[in-house]
Amino acid sequence: MIISIASGKGGTGKTTVATNLALSLGAGVKLLDCDVEEPNCHLFLAPQLNEAETVTTFIPEIIAERCTACKKCAEICRFRAITVVGAKVLVFPELCHSCEGCLEVCPEGAIAPGRRELGAIEEGHSGDLAFAHGRLRVGEAMSPPLIRKVRERLDGAETVIIDAPPGTSCPVIAAMRGTDFVLLVTEPTPFGLHDLQLAVEAVRVLGIPCGLVINRADMGDDRVRHYCEKEGLPILLEIPFERKIAEAYSRGTPIVVAMPEWAERFRGLYDRIAALSAGQGRRQ
Amino acid sequence: MIRELVIVSGKGGTGKTSITAAFASLAENAMLCDADVDAADLHLLMAPHIEKRTDFMGGSKAHIRTDDCTSCDRCRELCRFAAISADYVVDHIACEGCGVCVDLCPVSAIDFPVQKCGEWYISSTRFGPMVHARLGIAEENSGKLVSLVRRETMQLAEEKGLGMILTDGPPGIGCPVIAAIGGATALVIIVEPTVSGLHDMARVADLAAHFRVPGLVCINKFDLNPEMTARIEDYAVQRKMRVVGRVPFDPIFTRAMIAGKNILEYDKNSAAAAAITAVWHDILSSPALNPLGIKDFSSTIQ
Repeated sequence: MIISIASGKGGTGKTTVATNLALSLGAGVKLLDCDVEEPNCHLFLAPQLNEAETVTTFIPEIIAERCTACKKCAEICRFRAITVVGAKVLVFPELCHSCEGCLEVCPEGAIAPGRRELGAIEEGHSGDLAFAHGRLRVGEAMSPPLIRKVRERLDGAETVIIDAPPGTSCPVIAAMRGTDFVLLVTEPTPFGLHDLQLAVEAVRVLGIPCGLVINRADMGDDRVRHYCEKEGLPILLEIPFERKIAEAYSRGTPIVVAMPEWAERFRGLYDRIAALSAGQGRRQ
Repeated sequence: MIRELVIVSGKGGTGKTSITAAFASLAENAMLCDADVDAADLHLLMAPHIEKRTDFMGGSKAHIRTDDCTSCDRCRELCRFAAISADYVVDHIACEGCGVCVDLCPVSAIDFPVQKCGEWYISSTRFGPMVHARLGIAEENSGKLVSLVRRETMQLAEEKGLGMILTDGPPGIGCPVIAAIGGATALVIIVEPTVSGLHDMARVADLAAHFRVPGLVCINKFDLNPEMTARIEDYAVQRKMRVVGRVPFDPIFTRAMIAGKNILEYDKNSAAAAAITAVWHDILSSPALNPLGIKDFSSTIQ
């Protein structure tokens, strides 16, 4: 089963839920940190990491001596990554979406496949828990291709937990798509509710079953709960605001380490997810 | 000389929007811009009255006309995004909008309609004009919409003779953040004193250094971990980012949010309100915001 953990709003506790859930389940679990812009799971797991694998993507490289400046490459490029000025072809690698259209249409074979670095993937273990994360190169704008690469690192694990980035646009879709269950994490505040509604819409676009964790559950109002009732969204766990939890978090200590009684609650969360997703095939 | 402060954090949920809204109470002759188009929240505190609503037309998506399609499979060979099914239906979520299949279909059976990807708004609020947007669910092109919203804000500020723009930025370091910080007068980085907060701030500082934008650091909820607060301040100084102050943890932020107010409106006598006021004055007196608009490279992030 692949469970993705998402939220809409940032800072609601995705990483807390992902790491503590993973740590509570024992062997056969893999955690994939797909928040590649700001990956944080490793700060709580202190995994032994192997050497980073650099992930790259296609960009055109112009072979000047073959180029006739016919402009076909610039014409097919919808992202304005190629411009022809006089007899010179200029490539703006950071605008390239790697569609390879230029490579296809160049009649002279004057385009060679070059590479742009997207970031790196590191993989390792924290005790029984298998772990991998992506780190987007600073200055790189496009995270979805790197997220998709991190997601290839399933390694046949029985249970895979994916920590998704915040938001509702393409990076979070890349992290949630094709997973068996989306666990949404929110806080019971107006911002939390507003962004939860957006996240639920995104999950529904993908047609994946979902449930909710309410974090800092005692620090807001009841509107999130009313919304869940109205929408038939199951609340699977509530985590109260406790200074002890907040302080453990601030130091990078998982809740289940600081307060071992929480491991049982996270296992209960897993059981409720398993029950809700039973009978649902993996979605594409 | 219009100055634009962009409030960012790297990590989400550190208090960007609540603090931006409080700054709106303090800034004079200013306007607001919500550049977090993906999960915009500033409007929840600003109650904007929308005066102008415009569709945001983003990229195009391929659409195969089944009647004209000869099932030659050329489009599926060409598509690098695995967006076309075996029965030649384009998956709109996977389609990148590159148009390669459109241009190279041998029977020209693929249309490429422009998509509405969201909306953007010019509004009035009790703190002056505001430009904001809503990106459609599961859409791409968030960077393009952020650039548009900032450009419209700048134009409106010029028309109205306003001297300051407060921009609420998105989390992360990817495409919308890159679009949000280029050309800003300074960034105000809101950090919480946690290992994640420090880690994520370092990444956003790296990005800001890349674009040569000065950075100012404000630590929110500093008393949740004073030791980590001190580490963050040391780190900020090392990277040549001015520390503009500390704001205490206070449940009043949540209560103000529920009331639809910023914390200065909600309780101007609170310790958090006093701290934010002090932060604001420190920002205004920082070299990065000098009134002559002289680029202060000594405050560029190292």
